[in-house]
Amino acid sequence: MNATVQPILTARGLVKRYGRVTALDHADFDLYPGEILAVIGDNGAGKSTLIKALSGAVSADEGEMRLDGKPIHFRSPMDARAAGIETVYQNLALSPALSIADNMFLGRELRKPGVLGSVFRMLDRTAMEKTAREKLSELGLMTIQNIGQAVETLSGGQRQGVAVARAAAFGSKVIIMDEPTAALGVKESRRVLDLIQDVKARGMPIVLISHNMPHVFEVADRIHIHRLGRRLAVIKPSDYTMSDAVALMTGAMKPPTEMAAA
Amino acid sequence: MTQPKPASTPSQEFESVLSGSAREVASFDGPGKTFMQRGREFLHGNPAAVPLIVLLVSLVVFGVLVGSKFFSAFALTLILQQVAITGIVATAQTLVILTAGIDLSVGAIMVLSSVVMGQFTFRYGLPAELAVLCGFAVGGLCGFINGFLIAYVRLPPFIVTLGMWQVILATNFLYSANETIRAQDISAGAPILQFFGQNVRFGGAVFTYGVITFVVLVMLLWYVLNHTAWGRHVYAIGDDPDAAELSGVRVKPILVSVYVLSGIICALAGWALIGRLGSVSPTAGQFANIESITAVVIGGISLFGGRGSILGTMFGALIVGVFALGLRLWGTDPQWTYLMIGVLIIAAVAIDQWIRKAAA
Repeated sequence: MNATVQPILTARGLVKRYGRVTALDHADFDLYPGEILAVIGDNGAGKSTLIKALSGAVSADEGEMRLDGKPIHFRSPMDARAAGIETVYQNLALSPALSIADNMFLGRELRKPGVLGSVFRMLDRTAMEKTAREKLSELGLMTIQNIGQAVETLSGGQRQGVAVARAAAFGSKVIIMDEPTAALGVKESRRVLDLIQDVKARGMPIVLISHNMPHVFEVADRIHIHRLGRRLAVIKPSDYTMSDAVALMTGAMKPPTEMAAA
Repeated sequence: MTQPKPASTPSQEFESVLSGSAREVASFDGPGKTFMQRGREFLHGNPAAVPLIVLLVSLVVFGVLVGSKFFSAFALTLILQQVAITGIVATAQTLVILTAGIDLSVGAIMVLSSVVMGQFTFRYGLPAELAVLCGFAVGGLCGFINGFLIAYVRLPPFIVTLGMWQVILATNFLYSANETIRAQDISAGAPILQFFGQNVRFGGAVFTYGVITFVVLVMLLWYVLNHTAWGRHVYAIGDDPDAAELSGVRVKPILVSVYVLSGIICALAGWALIGRLGSVSPTAGQFANIESITAVVIGGISLFGGRGSILGTMFGALIVGVFALGLRLWGTDPQWTYLMIGVLIIAAVAIDQWIRKAAA
């Protein structure tokens, strides 16, 4: 499929240095439309820095990124969001005391039409709550009864659901999920993996960062293995075992040459 | 490409038992809740309820103890007059504390602003209206310095405002040369400075413009905090600044705007202070910072930020006023007032901690 379809998000030769540490050493990255691409790598391999560069949280020293073939330069996460890339952060980036609806629209609130909105800056709670409810229903998350309840009253899985729903509601091009199952129990992890499949089924490409090999092998279409600041290989989960992936990512196994070029 | 799996079909071997497990992810308002738990959740959702209840109970208690001398329109509106200045400063303090900061310089900003309003009028002969605007500008500037140092230089709010408190107070004494502008001079030369001392009466009830401004300001800020994006962002920043930043809140500019607004409100309090005292005194309002924090804490605003309602601040200020007047009319030593306020502060924080557990 890769021969004909153009990647939606690419990076070439990304370099990011922190003092004497080189976190990204000419790293490449390709995400194709409609796929779930897992990014795995050992601690310190630079995968968080890669993800931060893609989501606008850090800007690379060198290299270029393209979205839909057009060059992009993010100076903040807001830039990336404006370009259609939404990120579900590991810490979820939710405000516990605010309601579900307030959280979903944080930073891009809807104001009432007319004078109420333009002069008195009044929020359009009704519209925001309606949209929030729709988005949560689409993802089968309406076990949440009251859209006005504070996020801190939700379980871990439900919070993850709100964060994913927020990304799905506003992401128009790409959704990045950083360790979405790391803090969850077995049952809640299952819910989130289902959610990821639901989002994918709606045609949205997803970048999934995870240390959980069973989860990665279950949902990913391709696996990007990051090692020593660069892309070591991209494999298909059907062609390799989990131990192969771990061996590649820790350096116990050399990547086949044709893969290294991928 | 792998086939998308149908939702809710467990894929891992150890998950095969999940289909037999309970389906709800979590349940709310289940039957197993005690009266205490329900009460706690109510208070968690309505943070101004505790101070309102305390206020009403203390009104009833002093009404019974002291009788009609306390429970008269005159005495009750006197309480409002006595808490108006502290109350206005406390609204500024509320904004700052909601962002998980603290502003120790509020009282100093208030006094410096009032001194600027007075001195600019009488020393330089500026029109009083212009001098008032200069006072607001000075208040806003002090707030801006606070906000800049906190948001952009990343110094702790406690340290910045502790330092600014001293800096502003010293500036105030140096600039004013410790000189008081007398009330009769002001009413003769620039009565607009005493604007907030004027009042409207309904029978025995006396509402100064300062009191009306306090209540209107609380209502206005309640609207802004609850029904505008800026207000929601203030709460989000106090809750978790990193999360707020990542979800698209422009944390630094909003923090600066909070401190600037706090400075401007303090200048308003300075103007109202001239109305209350009649004169402009550089030594007035020495305890406004501590009194404002007291009102905020008794009002149920969490010092850890992000929680509480500005209505609670109003109730908190009124509780202090009710205790002060009630105990005085009852004929106790004024020290009992301070003792009771101290107990209330500790009780308020204890209740805040208990309510927070409702979230866990």
